[in-house]
Amino acid sequence: MAEIIQEEKGKGGKHKGKKHPPHIDMTPMVDLMCLLIIFFMLANSMAKAKVMEINLPEKIKDPNAEPPKIPGSRTLNIILGPDDKIYWYPGTVRPEDYNNLPPLNVTDFSPTGIRELLLERNKALFRKIDDFKNEVLTGKIKISQDSVQGAIKQLKKDDDTGPIVLIKAYKKANYGDFVDILDEMNICGIARYTVVDIAWYEDKMVEKAAGITPSSDETKK
Amino acid sequence: MPKIKLPTKSPRIDMTPMVDLFSVILIFLMLTTTMKQSEPAQVDTPFSISETPTPDFNIMTLLISKDDKVYLNFDNGPDTLLKYRPKILTAMGDRYNIQFSDKELREFEKYPSAMGVPIAEMKDFLDAKTSKDRSQYQTGIPTDSTDNQLALWVLFARQVNPNIQAVIKADKKTGYPEVKKVLDILQNKNMNKFNLVTSLEAAKINLDEIQQ
Repeated sequence: MAEIIQEEKGKGGKHKGKKHPPHIDMTPMVDLMCLLIIFFMLANSMAKAKVMEINLPEKIKDPNAEPPKIPGSRTLNIILGPDDKIYWYPGTVRPEDYNNLPPLNVTDFSPTGIRELLLERNKALFRKIDDFKNEVLTGKIKISQDSVQGAIKQLKKDDDTGPIVLIKAYKKANYGDFVDILDEMNICGIARYTVVDIAWYEDKMVEKAAGITPSSDETKK
Repeated sequence: MPKIKLPTKSPRIDMTPMVDLFSVILIFLMLTTTMKQSEPAQVDTPFSISETPTPDFNIMTLLISKDDKVYLNFDNGPDTLLKYRPKILTAMGDRYNIQFSDKELREFEKYPSAMGVPIAEMKDFLDAKTSKDRSQYQTGIPTDSTDNQLALWVLFARQVNPNIQAVIKADKKTGYPEVKKVLDILQNKNMNKFNLVTSLEAAKINLDEIQQ
């Protein structure tokens, strides 16, 4: 009898042990959550695309209005050609010399290509901006972060030595090149640049330089 | 001296607070993430050094694909009550004498991605049930001078939402003439400020290199 009671007691003891709140192992759950958090954090930062702002000059709708005059000596004409090539010439060309157009210089989007060319011409302004940024970073100039961009804009506005870049595109150029060249303008801190339509004599110059023979329907345009 | 025997159990860490915290972060991230919407055309955007993020509201996205099709997307405005999209569609429908039902307007309002549907087929597009049926109507918005629907979309979008900004998203390989055409259409509607969608790429220039 006594034995049986003892046995019951033992059983009761076991029951008591089971009554403890069951301990769930949370490690796999934590692992999974970690993974999900990492995934969402990455997805969050990836989804946001960046934009590049560009302001184009207003279209002149009045046919009698004259386009703004710019000094030819500071002008740099950049023509985006086919096959990711850039053609450029300084100054202006007189369309009257149609048969004797000056040859175009060829360059490309590598750092030693168009960037070197632009920086060479924009050295003074680029150095000014660079010095200004350095002085802000080292604390020589006390200026709030918000007004740095405004100050750089002012530096660009005051500049009168850098080139005036006219960006044109041959009809076989692609959008990637267009964005790349605008990007180069930002990298090199060019103060004055704009996108203009390509002139017919420039079309001819590109065709000559690139060795394209215009087909008959293209010349009609 | 009697030795005190410590129980040699592995220490159990209570993970409940950690799980709580993780749950909160996870829910926050899930709610704030806007899933990348599938676009009607795959575009591979060019790189630039610009770090300006895309604005969230008051934008119209012009998607120009490699095969020169133009797709258009608007947002509904910072407040869901503004309902810019249905308003633009109604204006567009009035111009072309097409009456859109409430259901179609709702469908247009919540369509998650860019649309390249000529206005004549817009009704069929909105009534279509599956996305597969819909995709066959995505033939690009006409931009010819004879039937320049893109210009009208832009016009009505600006009437409905005067603060709207143009965002242009085009593939690297898109031909420049098509992009120029779209820029011209926007400029004719007096929009001279554009945002070009790019991927970030760092560029460093060394001043010493230039001085050589």
